[in-house]
Amino acid sequence: MTALVLAEHDNKELKPATLNAVTAASQLGGGVHVLVAGSGARAVAEAAAQIAGVSVVLLADDPSYENRLAENVAPLIVSLAGDYDAIVAPTTTSGKNILPRVAAQLDVAQISDVMKIESADTFVRPIYAGNALATVQSTDSKKVMTVRGTGFPAAAATGGSAEIRTVAAAANPGNSRFVGADLAKSDRPELTAAKIIVSGGRGMGSSQAFSIIESLADKLGAAVGASRAAVDAGFISNDHQVGQTGKIVAPQLYIAVGISGAIQHLAGMKDSKVIVAINKDEEAPIFQIADYGLVADLFQAVPELEKAL
Amino acid sequence: MKILVPVKRVIDYNVKARVKADKTGVDLANVKMSMNPFDEIAIEEAIRKKEAGQAEEIIAVSIGPAQAQETLRTALAMGADRAILIQTDELVEPLAVAKLLKAVVDAEQPRLVILGKQAIDDDSNQTGQMLAALLGWPQGTFASIVKVTDGGIEVTREVDGGLETVALTLPAIVTTDLRLNEPRYASLPNIMKAKKKQLDVKTAADYGVDISPRLKTLKVEEPPKRAGGIKVKTVAELIEKLKTEAGVI
Repeated sequence: MTALVLAEHDNKELKPATLNAVTAASQLGGGVHVLVAGSGARAVAEAAAQIAGVSVVLLADDPSYENRLAENVAPLIVSLAGDYDAIVAPTTTSGKNILPRVAAQLDVAQISDVMKIESADTFVRPIYAGNALATVQSTDSKKVMTVRGTGFPAAAATGGSAEIRTVAAAANPGNSRFVGADLAKSDRPELTAAKIIVSGGRGMGSSQAFSIIESLADKLGAAVGASRAAVDAGFISNDHQVGQTGKIVAPQLYIAVGISGAIQHLAGMKDSKVIVAINKDEEAPIFQIADYGLVADLFQAVPELEKAL
Repeated sequence: MKILVPVKRVIDYNVKARVKADKTGVDLANVKMSMNPFDEIAIEEAIRKKEAGQAEEIIAVSIGPAQAQETLRTALAMGADRAILIQTDELVEPLAVAKLLKAVVDAEQPRLVILGKQAIDDDSNQTGQMLAALLGWPQGTFASIVKVTDGGIEVTREVDGGLETVALTLPAIVTTDLRLNEPRYASLPNIMKAKKKQLDVKTAADYGVDISPRLKTLKVEEPPKRAGGIKVKTVAELIEKLKTEAGVI
């Protein structure tokens, strides 16, 4: 039994989501190999080779993998799949984009967003925005799954010494082309890896008002999150969205400001260790799951909190 | 250009799912059901393309029980031209849905298939990508902008770091994210008109597709509940609790 983990990276750096996926793959009970598909990505492969528990890193270095287009990467994984019993990717937008394409080509039912591995063929995954947890058993001989980062601790990033093997690129279908990206640049920690998150909702009222969230986040060394309502209203960009269809987070401390607590939002953050809610509406559903609730005007409470820290 | 839009009948997004006492699934008896919200966005996008003169016909397709006809009538009332129901009372997994949709694509020859990125019941987020794989078509998933260009389409996608744009040749698959558009409400005259639009009922066997499941659901449980917390009166009290009781700052 050997599992192949699809590395999350940007050709320069290995992303931490890979480490959680390695832990999940190791729980399947066999060896773990990592695939780095990229362009000029040898440094990423070298970083992946350091991960504890990884025995082999496959490096497919080719211009067609520069932006990890699903049309190009899926055939590569399919070409390698014969040697593996399981294909694992982190539940990131890249993993979600590529892996079902692999599963369909292998004629395998993918298991999405696995949060717990019971055995090599039995998995727990959330359904209905996390309001129910399904335990499913796969009857396919090969397992293809995306795994939720918050369900598995990160493997140690150092301590391993895997062999790096170069693999040939698969045929490129040539039906898609990367045009460009508009990626947020921020010195703050990544949402899914942050220990503290300060999130704003509809109650913020404007994009200017979000500056008090950002200011508090900087004081705490925290990441900035948002509810769908805040993103839809244009207060902040989509990459900050926490929830059923956005990012799933489980920090040590989650501070929800002006967020009412729709089930879709709770689905993304209710596994946080400590939840603080600041909202002027004392009936807001967020208070039912908050460890500490403060009924207050956020425009007074948030600056006061920042000052007092 | 012909556009195919698959739609799914799911629990209404405002209803909280309750797990059945025998742990076999989620209780859907007497629960309000609606069109999957991402599929409404898909229908809306197809209609906008038609209104812009970029598409001639919109076909809505659903796989599900007889009641899914209501979901298709909603799609027709919004502006789809005709509908196909592949009727089954079984739970059909995304891979089997993708195989059925491939058979519909082979029969109908659309140039574009627009799907919701995920259904809010099983939250799988697989069907569009799987259909693209089976057809060998390119995919623009999690779309927030879809532009028809000379040779194909340009799709702006919501990704973890922000936005990314890809150019795809046609035929192609698009899956919708929340910010692609705001779906319209069907007007009463259009709801009446939709009743007269063509709706064909088929079976999986008509398409020669095996829909037997690959996953066995062993049990469905409620997640552990969070213990209720407390209300603090002041910011100072909050900081005190976070420092001493919770120890997180």
